[in-house]
Amino acid sequence: MKPPAFGYAAPSSLTEVTALLAEHDDLEPRVLAGGQSLVPLMNFRLAQPGYLVDLQHVEGLADIRLDGDTLSIGAMVRQSVAEDAPQVAAAAPLLAEALRFVAHRPVRNSGTIGGSLAHADPSAELPAVALAADAEMTLVGPAGVRRVPAAEFFVGPFETALRPGEVLSEVRFVRWPGSHAFVEFMRTHGSFAIAGVACLLDVDAAGTVRRAGIALSGVGPTPVRASATEQSLIGSVPDQDSIRSAVEATVAVLSPAGDVHGSTETRIDIARAYLRRAIEVALGRAGVEVAPHDGTRS
Amino acid sequence: MTRHDVTLTVNGRTRTVSVEARRLLVDLLRQDLGLPGTHTGCDHGVCGACTVLRDGASIRSCTTFAVQVDGSEIRTVEGLADGPTLHPLQEEFWDKQGLQCGYCTPGMLMRSVEILERDPDADPAQVREELAGNLCRCTGYKFITEAVCAAGRRMRADSAPLAEQARPAEVTS
Repeated sequence: MKPPAFGYAAPSSLTEVTALLAEHDDLEPRVLAGGQSLVPLMNFRLAQPGYLVDLQHVEGLADIRLDGDTLSIGAMVRQSVAEDAPQVAAAAPLLAEALRFVAHRPVRNSGTIGGSLAHADPSAELPAVALAADAEMTLVGPAGVRRVPAAEFFVGPFETALRPGEVLSEVRFVRWPGSHAFVEFMRTHGSFAIAGVACLLDVDAAGTVRRAGIALSGVGPTPVRASATEQSLIGSVPDQDSIRSAVEATVAVLSPAGDVHGSTETRIDIARAYLRRAIEVALGRAGVEVAPHDGTRS
Repeated sequence: MTRHDVTLTVNGRTRTVSVEARRLLVDLLRQDLGLPGTHTGCDHGVCGACTVLRDGASIRSCTTFAVQVDGSEIRTVEGLADGPTLHPLQEEFWDKQGLQCGYCTPGMLMRSVEILERDPDADPAQVREELAGNLCRCTGYKFITEAVCAAGRRMRADSAPLAEQARPAEVTS
């Protein structure tokens, strides 16, 4: 099994990358990061780009920097490197936790942060994390650099705000002062996820939720921000009833497409259970214990 | 279609091969370098039979283009034994019946090298978790887990650096 023949270049600068993408525009060029989504698609000939621009030698794309409260992760940072990086653990522990759900270690040794975000699989972990955390994408193209918030970056299944000729070069997270939780349902560990929840909560000493950032994967064409749940939680000291109604506020408007991995009803049930679980775990880590609700822990 | 020169060090020996960009690393190893120990299983990154080490980290050679490892150091199952002396992992797989048909074994061994290099004290639960990306349809994993843990114990007892014990054997092709 092998992909159809294609042209290939591995330039050392983003300027060359955008120039090569423009030059080979007629060949439906694609950017190659770690290849852990693109290469299987090409092996199956589900994707047949005529030209690949490999980012592996582009300078500066494999850096992780923590400047004050801003964590910048280059697009070519391997997922396993980010998973082990002390800066990520310190400034974006939600990301560090979610990375352990991304496939298996040998895949994360090749797969990159930028590749996963730009692939924009609606069931994937990193897009949901980026959305929950209000991460910002740096896009470099022939017209220059622009920064796009995660809320505007994911526009459809496997579809982003990247324009032809543009490349995702970096993602920025701002340090979250509170607690976090990432939970996910899949058939077996490391399998493709059915649905997951990325949750950030900032709870004060009295147990009142001050800020919340929550997003779900696997229940829509893009990761879905649980804005109604966030608004319902903010300003309250959560208990079983308020968490239930906060969860329902989001679940009521979900209409995920069913597929062979999970029907619409199954995905809604999973979203309900895992949204509640994520909130409870994040609250627990903030020192707020909410007794589990009967029948919701599987 | 244009060919590209790929220079890589495989089991200690540096080679340059001219390949099409679509050449997968597993095919470069098996067909261009005559190293058929690395197996092709699913060809889309799910089964782990094709696992090799790139600069010490386990990767799927079936979802990696050869051009992506230009300049890298690759270790394959052929590099584990030192002449007739098997690597402790190989001996323990043998002793504990950690293989039956053997198809998954090269990937299991190379992934296990990385697991033990990262943590030679890995306990059975940890080994099961870390090996979850390598599929075996024969053994039920119990004997594989026991073999990996036993190899870890031996390596600790020998107290020699693992890299030294797993020093590359000469490639004969």
